[in-house]
Amino acid sequence: MKLLIKNGHVIDPSQGIDETADILIEDGKIKEVLRRKEPAGGMKENESGIKTQERGVINAAGLIVMPGLVDMHVHLREPGFEYKETIKTGTGAAIRGGITSVCCMPNTDPVNDNSSITQFILKKAAMEGSCNIYPVGCITKGQKGRELAEMTMMYEAGCVAFSDDGRPVADSLMMRRALEYSRVFDAPIISHCEDLMLAARGVMNEGLLSALLGLKGIPAQAEEIMVARDIALAELTGGRLHLAHVSTKGSVELIRAAKKRGVAAVSAETCPHYFSITEEAVRGYNTNAKVNPPLRGRADVEAIKKGLADGTIDVIVTDHAPHHMDEKVREFDLAPPGISGLETSVGLSMKLVDEGVLTLKQLVGKMALNPAGIVGIRKGSMKPGYDADICIIDPEREYRVDAAGFSSKGRNTPFDKWDLKGMPVITICKGVVNELS
Amino acid sequence: MSLKSRDLIGIKELEPGDIELVLDTAAGFKDILGRDIKKVPALRGRTVVNLFYEPSTRTRTSFELAAKRLSTDVINFSVSTSSVVKGETLRDTAMNIQALGADFIIVRHSCAGTAHFLAKNLNASVINAGDGTNEHPTQALLDLFTIKEAKGDIRGLNVAIVGDILHSRVAKSNIYALKKLGADVRLIGPPTLIPAYMKELGVGLYTDMNEGLKDVDIIMTLRIQMERQGKGFFPSTDEYFRNWGLTLERISRAKKDVIVLHPGPMNRGVEISSDVADGKMSVIIEQVTNGLAVRMAVLYLLSGVKA
Repeated sequence: MKLLIKNGHVIDPSQGIDETADILIEDGKIKEVLRRKEPAGGMKENESGIKTQERGVINAAGLIVMPGLVDMHVHLREPGFEYKETIKTGTGAAIRGGITSVCCMPNTDPVNDNSSITQFILKKAAMEGSCNIYPVGCITKGQKGRELAEMTMMYEAGCVAFSDDGRPVADSLMMRRALEYSRVFDAPIISHCEDLMLAARGVMNEGLLSALLGLKGIPAQAEEIMVARDIALAELTGGRLHLAHVSTKGSVELIRAAKKRGVAAVSAETCPHYFSITEEAVRGYNTNAKVNPPLRGRADVEAIKKGLADGTIDVIVTDHAPHHMDEKVREFDLAPPGISGLETSVGLSMKLVDEGVLTLKQLVGKMALNPAGIVGIRKGSMKPGYDADICIIDPEREYRVDAAGFSSKGRNTPFDKWDLKGMPVITICKGVVNELS
Repeated sequence: MSLKSRDLIGIKELEPGDIELVLDTAAGFKDILGRDIKKVPALRGRTVVNLFYEPSTRTRTSFELAAKRLSTDVINFSVSTSSVVKGETLRDTAMNIQALGADFIIVRHSCAGTAHFLAKNLNASVINAGDGTNEHPTQALLDLFTIKEAKGDIRGLNVAIVGDILHSRVAKSNIYALKKLGADVRLIGPPTLIPAYMKELGVGLYTDMNEGLKDVDIIMTLRIQMERQGKGFFPSTDEYFRNWGLTLERISRAKKDVIVLHPGPMNRGVEISSDVADGKMSVIIEQVTNGLAVRMAVLYLLSGVKA
């Protein structure tokens, strides 16, 4: 089985490719990227002289061809919360979003804190998943923060990272041990940075707006204290620390300083909602804008963008957190936090390219190559021999977000009816060419 | 005359003219309340439902009586929050009540935004009787009515609000209302209960009572909710009274003709001393009577929009 993707604008930071080229796929693997003799040449014949009229040709002229995106922070909800999302619907949504690999967080029911659950997820993924799934295991048993989970066994079963996501590891000694112990298997510890006592059951960013709405606020410091702590612990232990869903200016500054010192293996991610909207989205008690950490202020959004631009923040994830409508159509205080993000990530992130925050190549780095590197999977690249996981985007395609039409069961998005530009049109994964509309 | 909106969600959403309209209308109803026959047929045939998710005696009774004085039919629907957590959603409960033909739904709930949520989902007029730590608009309106009665005009008055601002919907609604009508507002209390960003509302922040009460025309003291004690906001009610209790000695810093308001129920010896509560400067009992007139005015003015 051969497939040729012709004349696309190919971007692959792993090979330094950012030019018009063709990609040859054979038996589900990348055979090679056929570069022109002269970069960005018009309709010249490519080097190998492949006849382009034969079957199995995708004409990608005017389109951007990149490695399938890797989203290292996704909640697939299965097992236990199938009414919110399943492995089947969640991976379907990923494909719609140009994403070919997802790391699924362990806060399911039961939580993924032992290898049997990991195996269940991978088995289900093999049967029903339309994209690749890499489970994230719990750091502590039951995500209770008291004893380490059997991380080596989960690692051997297929977990690529460890996190108590949704909850912090509140006990500093426990976090120290997790970071130390993780050196056994060289997988990152992903930290959900939240000082729960300081957050004090808040439901949105703390400030004038929270006072005006009468909602309990969460100060930025509830995140920053833990970012600072975890950086210190990474320095102490030499463990690999990845900071989840960074949302504040202070966090960006702490991470930037840590990277500058170069004393710790620290990486960080943020989500489209933290660089696209502010706490203002909560006005009117909009539960679809309720997320943890909460949406922040204008200065934070600018700092996040700056952190993306200068490399402080390595990765863009969705933190896809689907919920059932009944859970969101209710009192703001009682609605669960989370945004269904897989199907809006590309459109929102392409804005960064439009605004000149990131180049396309940097964007592909943050959405494919970097996360693959952090969790140590052979993805995010189109080097010869890699799986043919490919995302093709039409950068000029304008569309209106329609949450009701999501493949995800979760329609909880503050971006419904937003006009976006730049849409995934074809996602190739597991040997299937998914044409998206 | 009528209000522009069909609902009364908060003072935030009102124009200064709306507030004045309520106060003027309430004056007319207060006259009626002084008559032998206190009932008018203004809203005969209308149905009012009190939907209270939090325990309340005075506000619910006040609304009930106000509605009855206007000749409406009143139903009281009390739900304990705990049973609701297990069962029916707020929206379903409200839809059911609306289906019974309610024209007004008066709601009190421990979650901020509840009145807003119901107004968005229902056709009936929604009146906020207190939503979490957000707003309690009719309390602010009755407070302003009381102030206006005593002082004539609100513009230019110095008003001190004392106590747990952070958790007080009464304080929030009063700040918005007083600012809209041109008063100067200052907040006094422990810094743990007055977040610094409240300053952005254009109010003065004070920790020291003697300093804060200097030359004020009005003192509103807030109820210290006993359940806050032991949560680390202040060490004890004794220490609270020592620092922020309203005493005759402290009131001497205010203007000679100062008046004292309290939304009730009072904790004597915690936020207010008995000689102040029962003193000649206290208008606390007057507030209760005025609450009736103001709530009649609100019901009356909202009904006009629907007609």
